[in-house]
Amino acid sequence: MRSQRWFQRRRVGLGWRPADWHGWVVTLLAAAAAITVLVLLRGSPARIPVTLVIVAAYAVVALATGGGRPAEEAPATTDEPSDGELPGPVGGVEQRLALRALTSARVSPSSTDEPALVVEHLTKRFGDRVAVDDVSFGVAAGEVFGFLGPNGAGKTTTVRMLATLITPTSGTARVAGVQLDAANGVDIRKRIAVMTENPGLYLRLTVAENLRFFAGLYELEQPESRIGHALAAVNLSGRADDLCGSLSKGLRQRVALARALLSDPAILFLDEPTSGLDPVASRDVHELIDGLRDRGVTVFLTTHRLEEAERLCDRVAILNTTLRTIGRPDDLRDRLFTKSLVVRTAAPLTSPDAVFAVTGVDGWRADDTTRYTLTVNDTRLAAPAVTRALVAAGADVLSLAEARHSLEDVYLELIDDDIEARS
Amino acid sequence: MSVKRVVSVLRKEVREFRRNRFVIVTMGVLPFIFLITPMITIFKIPDSASGPQVKAAVGVISLLMLIIPIVIPPVIAAYSVVGERDQGTLEPVLTAPIRASELLLGKAAAAFLPSVAIAYAIYLVVLIGVRFGAAHVVSTVVFHPPELLAQLLFTPLLALWSIWVGIGISTRASDVRVAQQLATVASLPLLGFTSLLSFQLLKPSVALAIGLALALLVADIAAWRIVSRLFDRERLVTGKRSRAPG
Repeated sequence: MRSQRWFQRRRVGLGWRPADWHGWVVTLLAAAAAITVLVLLRGSPARIPVTLVIVAAYAVVALATGGGRPAEEAPATTDEPSDGELPGPVGGVEQRLALRALTSARVSPSSTDEPALVVEHLTKRFGDRVAVDDVSFGVAAGEVFGFLGPNGAGKTTTVRMLATLITPTSGTARVAGVQLDAANGVDIRKRIAVMTENPGLYLRLTVAENLRFFAGLYELEQPESRIGHALAAVNLSGRADDLCGSLSKGLRQRVALARALLSDPAILFLDEPTSGLDPVASRDVHELIDGLRDRGVTVFLTTHRLEEAERLCDRVAILNTTLRTIGRPDDLRDRLFTKSLVVRTAAPLTSPDAVFAVTGVDGWRADDTTRYTLTVNDTRLAAPAVTRALVAAGADVLSLAEARHSLEDVYLELIDDDIEARS
Repeated sequence: MSVKRVVSVLRKEVREFRRNRFVIVTMGVLPFIFLITPMITIFKIPDSASGPQVKAAVGVISLLMLIIPIVIPPVIAAYSVVGERDQGTLEPVLTAPIRASELLLGKAAAAFLPSVAIAYAIYLVVLIGVRFGAAHVVSTVVFHPPELLAQLLFTPLLALWSIWVGIGISTRASDVRVAQQLATVASLPLLGFTSLLSFQLLKPSVALAIGLALALLVADIAAWRIVSRLFDRERLVTGKRSRAPG
């Protein structure tokens, strides 16, 4: 609620300050009166007492009409919602319906579709520093594509190049079917949306006003209806009239997502969308990305949260200035790591060499006295053979399982290689 | 050029001003306070005062009237781009399909409207004050038609020039404070021009007023085009110069 008080107490120091236009009119009148008296009564002994009377009258008015802080002066960087209930999570039926209304129907991705994104030999240098070096990849329409890499790997620079914010030093790209070129900047930007790591909201404007501004920039038809759907999709319909400055970081991130969804983009670039969010807020963002996948929206997700990429992305690329690898998370694991089985027994095996000399096992190592890792070609063939050999040897088997390498293992393997190569 | 996008930027800027009225109030208070002493001087001029005395006093008022549109808008204009960059709102805007010329025109309009409104409002107060409070000899000089025309024409044109200088600096500056100080300094040369007019070293006539106004208009349009070309998305996003401005 906006305060009706004319003056408010200063947060720092003594006294009051005007809070709305009444206060300013009184202040201006008092200042004008004081100056006039000082000028006209120059040399007169009456000017000091008259001026003091004016100041006293001003103070009385300020005290009589003063009050608390008005809403528009609320701190702009609060971490918690200032008022109202915390909105519910994203991903419910209502949100899915809103997402359906917001995004146009797209055919499911197929090999005949033109790729959403084709990048060829993209390079960006800032002076002597190479930020992105000869990067080539493609993203299919409707794909959720993860772009991983450590800080300073060139992820954001790549997104900025594809969003026409910065010019590549060399290389070409087609973004949503349009050639990447300074002359095509507006055309490309009409077809994409970028959610930057920092939500970049106008904190003195309300949620709806922020979205209205961007609806105007995209020249959207029926902007109010689209704003309504975008807010419903992120479950913020009840907060449309709240100042963005009064929202928590998680809610601001949701507003930024709503803003990115407004224009029904063919490609949605999400730059570290869950950076700094708590698990609940991160889950909401994940739900929304799942919803977008269902609607056939191409999502280009840059992140260094590997579990996020593994859970959400159809394919991932790992960048460290150069493109280190690209593929489905499962394929990357297979490519980088040999398949293995892990055997745990109740007691040490007396002759492990003899037990593991079965078809399909290429080698073995003892992790400790009762835990063995076996290198195999095909786990489906090797596992039954190893089980039979263990039983035949009279071993007390606690478990036999395929060793799973996470995307994190893949990532660390590649990045560690880079660190070693550089040192 | 999309009028809709320009209007969107203008609306957004005006909304931000409304939420932060301190910006507009401080724009108006300073010229208002500056005016008090010269106005009192004018009111004290008797009907018997000599022509040069009257012209000198009116010249000060005229000068102040033309200084207002020069000194008010640069502070807002200088904040317009670098300020958005500092608060982190520029990058999302630059990823939207808006051309540099549209964005800058919207921002210029947002600085122009309050500046010119305040300048005209203060001029109106002066005219009313002179008409009803000053001696007849003062009123004759102030209500001289070419002088009135010059004030009416030059106020928006000088404001526009000052705004484009401010925005130009804002697109290249690395810091809001530096941009605002540079913009204020950069508007000073215009004071020479306004002094020539105010003290009638450049005799105002209808033809001269219209001629100078047209020249200023052309300069303002050229400034808009130049500043739009200077707008470098890469430099604004990364702080480093790009090979080809987008």
